[in-house]
Amino acid sequence: MTEKLLEIRDLHVMYRTDDDNIFALNGVNLSVEKGKTIGLVGETGAGKTTTALSIMRLLPDKVGIIRQGEIFLEGRNLRDLSEADMRLLRGNNVSMIFQDPMTSLNPTHTVGEQIGEVVKLHYPELRSDAVEAKVDEMMEMVGIPAERKTEYPHQFSGGMKQRIVIAIALACNPKLLLADEPTTALDVTIQAQVLKMMNELKEKFNTSMILITHDLGVVAQICDWVGIMYAGEVIEHGTVEDIFEGERHHPYTIGLFGSIPDMTKKTERLNPIEGLMPDPSSVPPGCRFSERCPHRMDICSTDSPEVIIRGTHQIKCHLFSEPREGVCLAEEKLVKGAAS
Amino acid sequence: MNSPLIETKNLKKYFHTARGPLHAVDDIDVAINKGETLGMVGESGCGKSTFGRLLLRLIEPTGGKVLFKGENILEYGQKKMKDLRKEMQIIFQDPFSSLNPRMTVSEIIAEPIRVAGMIRKENDLLERVFELMSIVGLAERFVNTYPHELDGGRRQRIGVARALALNPEFIVCDEPVSALDVSIQAQILNLMMDLQASMGLTYLFITHDLSVVKHISDNIAVMYLGQCVELAPTDDLFENPAHPYTKALLASIPVPSLKHRKKLDVIQGEVTSPINPKPGCRFAPRCPRTMPECLDSVPGLKEISPGHFVSCVLFR
Repeated sequence: MTEKLLEIRDLHVMYRTDDDNIFALNGVNLSVEKGKTIGLVGETGAGKTTTALSIMRLLPDKVGIIRQGEIFLEGRNLRDLSEADMRLLRGNNVSMIFQDPMTSLNPTHTVGEQIGEVVKLHYPELRSDAVEAKVDEMMEMVGIPAERKTEYPHQFSGGMKQRIVIAIALACNPKLLLADEPTTALDVTIQAQVLKMMNELKEKFNTSMILITHDLGVVAQICDWVGIMYAGEVIEHGTVEDIFEGERHHPYTIGLFGSIPDMTKKTERLNPIEGLMPDPSSVPPGCRFSERCPHRMDICSTDSPEVIIRGTHQIKCHLFSEPREGVCLAEEKLVKGAAS
Repeated sequence: MNSPLIETKNLKKYFHTARGPLHAVDDIDVAINKGETLGMVGESGCGKSTFGRLLLRLIEPTGGKVLFKGENILEYGQKKMKDLRKEMQIIFQDPFSSLNPRMTVSEIIAEPIRVAGMIRKENDLLERVFELMSIVGLAERFVNTYPHELDGGRRQRIGVARALALNPEFIVCDEPVSALDVSIQAQILNLMMDLQASMGLTYLFITHDLSVVKHISDNIAVMYLGQCVELAPTDDLFENPAHPYTKALLASIPVPSLKHRKKLDVIQGEVTSPINPKPGCRFAPRCPRTMPECLDSVPGLKEISPGHFVSCVLFR
């Protein structure tokens, strides 16, 4: 039995702007087990990054508002913590890697100073030579010679900058690592190097990880669990086996798989999802995907679907609810690949 | 027999930098047949975009030839070149910065037609704009909107419509889908393939995404630091990759399937500097099979099976 490290219950987040209220998260439920990696997949605007920022309490001040919901880290409700407690938690228990290594490092400090800063902040009792030793250790761990710690970010390549960012994130040995598209800005051979390294470090320290990505290939290679997000909800959740090999899927998941050119076989035409994600400022009633869904039924535009659970696999779609009058179970249509 | 629509011979472009000449494109010989797509893949800085711009003569090459329908366009004068530009167009990577934010959709699409003076009557011009919008799947109601009001997929459709405005034969597509979400990416790829089928377009498709290039290309050129290391028909390249770099590139792609879950194969090191490159194979410092003769000279493309060319001492 694995222990839950993080649990998010019914999280609603809104961004308040001058014109509109943007409903970014609309009831997200998610949990992360110790030592496991969950991949959060979805398109721009699905709420992946907002989920991560909510955990870190880094939503933009006064604009990003958690309307309801709970976030538990090891049983502690993070929403009850004071700002001072959150500061101790960040970097120490939970840390985050941002997408773009070119902008997340400070150009005016050496990389050694930037790694050392985290260590000094969380271990103020450490003497400076011990901090330096830790910096050297972290640099070597991510595969950069320690003597380069006196160099500035612009002297490193993109892949190396991302390694530095990872070194900063792991410097205090966090229990949970939030990685927001950590390899999207990198070339594919460098991406493979960084993913391999992250996987090794994760196993070495038994860190849990939330990996935010839009690349289903990356998910298949390194995640244990997968959550598919759409318009501020997790619409499908399960183990990688459920998602990549299971028979039943949310129509959006099928659309997502149909959109990627398959490297292993010859496809003449892609099967993308038509249309666009709904405007997050006026959320339609019922299922948020219904307007684009090829299997739309009457109930979809009125009632929000329940989460249907089978073993480890959860799908939020009316197609899988118990057969009722006027609702047909269209499971055979929803086998992946049969969409063509 | 298909004849090449566009062809390069020993095409070179060196940029001058303070530290010496930067070999962005170094001796590239490729040909694209009419109605076909050449996919060009490689990592950032390998000279893909420079090559695309050289083909359109948006920048002047340092040496070599660009043959369009058999004629060297580098010898063309300004007037002839202007006529030729109607035949060759480009679609850019970033639909957010490649459209003028102060022009409406109809102004953007009409601009090339006005510049070329193809249609002079305003009514006819607007009709042509509507026609182009329907070809690329943009609803008529967007005709007077500005780019910032539209999402990335629709903006890229404007970019496609603008490129089609003059009925070109050849289009350079410089990472046209890289900035888009996967479901939108698939919509645009389908659109581009449909247009190719209906209008007989020829594409140079530049991308770093191997799954996209596999989907759309007839032939693929793999670039590394300004040189073409392998050139082959698409299926042949994916089934029998010959060059160690191509193999490494294919092994690095995360495949969205658990059957292919494996320890990611990783090549060590990073791309070396293209400034004043050493003689010899440019991939040698990262290559798992480096031999002493790799450092002597570039082997040059050699045909190992029909249509499959590779530049590596292993195949000499």
